[in-house]
Amino acid sequence: MALQPPKRKDPRRRSRVPTLPPATRSRAAIGLSVVAAEGRFALQHCAECGAVQYPPRDVCGACLGDTLVWRDTDTAATVLAETQVRASPDPYFRERLPWRMGSVKLAAGPVVLAHLAGGAGRGGDVRMELRLDRAGQGVMVALPQERSEGMEEDPALRAMGTQIKHRRILVSDARAPEARALVEGLLKAGAAHVYLGEPEAWLRWKGRAAFEAMQNVTLLPLDVTDVDSLKTLAAEIGGKVDILINTARFIRPGGVLGQDTVHAAREMEVNALGLIRLAQAFGPGMAARTADGVNSAAAFVTVLSAHALSPDPAFGAFNASQAAARSVAQTLRAEFASSGLRVACVYTGPVDDEWHQPLPPPKVSPRILARGVVEALERGLEDHFVGDVARDIAERWREDPGTLEREITGGGA
Amino acid sequence: MNRTPYDGVVLAAPFSAPYERFSQKTAHWWLAKGLRGTLDAAGIRPGDLDGLSVSSFTLFPDTPVGLTQHLGLCLRWLDSIPMGGASGVVAARRAARAVQAGDADVVACVAGDMNRIDSFRRLLSAFSRFAMDAAYPYGYGGPNANFALLTDAYMSEYGATREDFGRIAVAQRENALRNPNALMKSPLSLEQYMNARPIADPLALFDCVMPCAGAEAFLVMREDEAVKRDLPFARLSGTIERHNAFAEDPVQLRGGWVMDRDELYGMAGCGPDDIDLLQTYDDYPVISMMQIEDLGFCAKGEGPDFVRRHDLTVTGDFPHNTSGGQLSVGQAGAAGGYLGLVEALRQVTGRAGPTQVAEARRALVSGFGMINYDRGVCTAAAILTGEA
Amino acid sequence: MSILNDMAAALANGAVEVVDLTHTLDPDFPVIVLPPEFGQCARFRMEEVSAYDHRGPAWKWHNISMNEHTGTHFDAPIHWVSGRDVPGGAVDEIPAGALVGPVVVIDCSHGAARDEDYELTPEVIEAWEAEHGRIPAGSWVLMRTDWSKRRGAEYLNMREDGPHSPGPTPEAVKLLVSRGIRGFGTETVGTDAGQGAHYDPPFPAHFFLHDAGKYGLQCLANLDRLPPTGALLIAPPLKIKGGTGSPLRVLALIPKETT
Repeated sequence: MALQPPKRKDPRRRSRVPTLPPATRSRAAIGLSVVAAEGRFALQHCAECGAVQYPPRDVCGACLGDTLVWRDTDTAATVLAETQVRASPDPYFRERLPWRMGSVKLAAGPVVLAHLAGGAGRGGDVRMELRLDRAGQGVMVALPQERSEGMEEDPALRAMGTQIKHRRILVSDARAPEARALVEGLLKAGAAHVYLGEPEAWLRWKGRAAFEAMQNVTLLPLDVTDVDSLKTLAAEIGGKVDILINTARFIRPGGVLGQDTVHAAREMEVNALGLIRLAQAFGPGMAARTADGVNSAAAFVTVLSAHALSPDPAFGAFNASQAAARSVAQTLRAEFASSGLRVACVYTGPVDDEWHQPLPPPKVSPRILARGVVEALERGLEDHFVGDVARDIAERWREDPGTLEREITGGGA
Repeated sequence: MNRTPYDGVVLAAPFSAPYERFSQKTAHWWLAKGLRGTLDAAGIRPGDLDGLSVSSFTLFPDTPVGLTQHLGLCLRWLDSIPMGGASGVVAARRAARAVQAGDADVVACVAGDMNRIDSFRRLLSAFSRFAMDAAYPYGYGGPNANFALLTDAYMSEYGATREDFGRIAVAQRENALRNPNALMKSPLSLEQYMNARPIADPLALFDCVMPCAGAEAFLVMREDEAVKRDLPFARLSGTIERHNAFAEDPVQLRGGWVMDRDELYGMAGCGPDDIDLLQTYDDYPVISMMQIEDLGFCAKGEGPDFVRRHDLTVTGDFPHNTSGGQLSVGQAGAAGGYLGLVEALRQVTGRAGPTQVAEARRALVSGFGMINYDRGVCTAAAILTGEA
Repeated sequence: MSILNDMAAALANGAVEVVDLTHTLDPDFPVIVLPPEFGQCARFRMEEVSAYDHRGPAWKWHNISMNEHTGTHFDAPIHWVSGRDVPGGAVDEIPAGALVGPVVVIDCSHGAARDEDYELTPEVIEAWEAEHGRIPAGSWVLMRTDWSKRRGAEYLNMREDGPHSPGPTPEAVKLLVSRGIRGFGTETVGTDAGQGAHYDPPFPAHFFLHDAGKYGLQCLANLDRLPPTGALLIAPPLKIKGGTGSPLRVLALIPKETT
């Protein structure tokens, strides 16, 4: 049966206090979370003998080689045994019993214990994913090989994920180039309602009428640089924002030299401090509602330039604000960790907008960027790189940040 | 090379400290209780003891070294056996070699753990790195979930039914009703077993042990020492241990006993048919059934049929876990790995009282320990022989 | 000096009334919007430093930020390139005496109600003078349009081709300057018309006023409460070193209507 929208809450009942699944991991096992954050399925491979390792370890279980490399790994697997856990001493699982899990043999070799979702069961060929659970740790999930309609409505996936369906979503800036496509994408994915922040309503803007005409979309005054507007809006709708997507960003071309700090200041104000203000206004309320049933608060998302990782001097001041915002997001991730509220960064390459007009392709169309945000939510990602440029930067950054910096800043051939 | 027999070494002075479901007493208290019990039985003063082997999960932050100071012991031989369900057998075989070699005169082997409210959950959460990283985040079923998977795989592979496992549990409860120290005191019918509250399918309540607090102990000494003290004793006729056997098996349907059982029986000079009673490590019935197979009492996969055909009670044709086992006595942490050995020692020395198996002379004790990730890693077994 | 005693008495008994011509400084109050590649006028922002809490137990205060030209504000001559060399052209250099003076109000509200691009022309000024007499030298001239009553997007009235709001033609500004006025004020976001960029020179009010060392006032309110002549304007900007303008509280003293 399809996941039903939540009933109205009984106001006399206490909202369920968030609990988390076991969160402690060894240093090696943190690697699972790192790859799950990006939606990859990677395991340690021994550099010497090639043996695939699981659970993560410090030396190869086949040859004692001590160089283990995280590599994308075949997701094919077979379920060997399954159980429904019906009693657990752990508060998180107790609240969600019965819980289906099983023993799964990977085609790549190891046997893993995994959450069984979407009908995966003993004897079945399955597809493995590493997903972040509510504790923000990467966990094994066995899914049917064919993605089915409503699969994401599986209680286990819903418990760990940030799915859009039935959730109420605040998009902070209706004027962002991707806002239109984003709102459409969210509604298509089943969002119950989209609140759209409108900064500076005293300025007429193209596209407002389109939003006004949409069902289940409300334009509300919100400016991430204006504490008053944030306070007012949080007081009004803070208790029913399940997902917050920050699309507010201020961008002007130019490096750091030259006398202008006006644009730079505004970039910091909107992009970095704005994120802080948004989190201060809406974060505590969301963090208190992460166990609130079907439309529990799930994610705090912000759109960033991939150059937050390593700057493009042509947008030097802007990229500084992006690095600052990324740092803010990382701190928020730590601060929201105990509530299970996911902090997701959607990194984009140059967006095909007025500020990147003279740049050659590839550029990310607002529609693709919007799709990336939706995908990050549907897959529960923490770091999602949208478009070829962002993916390329991410890959080179992971490989060697020093080389990447020199390549971007002109040292590369 | 052949294994050297444990000539001249004996086990004596079995002692079980009555278990408590929850207790504020510490592991130190329980270990001291066990130690004192076994020393008193032998008439040895703590100051005269020179060897100690300790197994405990809850001694933290102490180790057995801290325990020597805490208990005022001056030892020349000290061992720590962190092997859970295999601890009893492994402690005995280590201590026997030490005594045989003259490194110690008397080794007291003690296992004990506390059980406070919520301490089991805390113990689970830090049980092992692999469990922390790759087992508990998946429903936090602890060993229940592990053995549920194992049972599920076993049932589908060999056609075992829940009733088959129920027979093991029901027979043990019958045995436990004879044991005043068993925590489970009411009879259990197969119907009750089948209708019990589900824990982790296919496991239900009576497939699972109940964590509790308690201690078990015995002494290892030279035969002349036992004779001098007029102690009933048993010989260690053969022992084996094995770790991380059959790592390539995707699911644990057999244990390390299979690799070593021929040496076990060869060393003891007997076969499965010569065993008067069997003490398996029974945190779940499926693992007892596996031990019955892997120790050669029947072929692999015939365990279900074996338990259908045999009476596993004290008075039956295949006495098994005569004290009631952990399933009915309770699982006092590492003491659970001693339960079968201490009971076997009582049995072959004719001191088992209400649970005594008639003419019990040769007992096989099996240990199974440490669900490090998806399976038990340690296996061990010993054959204890009493005086004719 | 009895004249001030008389004034104090007049204020006390209501013979002279103080009218506030200022909009509240509010984060949501519109500011002038330039093409995005230019630097922009900062909106008024206010962040709480403490509010009788752990950040300061017995007091409440805010950090505020804005542009010199945010809200109801004063333009000094150096605001515009034409006035860059005017001696004493920064707000801190303007003599205090220049900040208080007589004010006349030209009512263009009917015209502005009909035409959002309504122009204040020399003809309109001359017609006013025909009725009220020649604009005295040294007076503020305020253009009443009732534009201050507009709210939200209606205020800037931005369209595809830019903002639309009333203002003076170049000739009108030149005429006012020739009258020796002290400054010129409006209810709109600038002293120039919304489409003022299309005059020659662009933004003639800014250009000619500041070139001549005159001052500007914009975003004024309540001009409908002033008489055409006979009121006194108090408009002292903050004393910002080298400042080109400043938000300020603009007050008018008006005689209680005797009719």
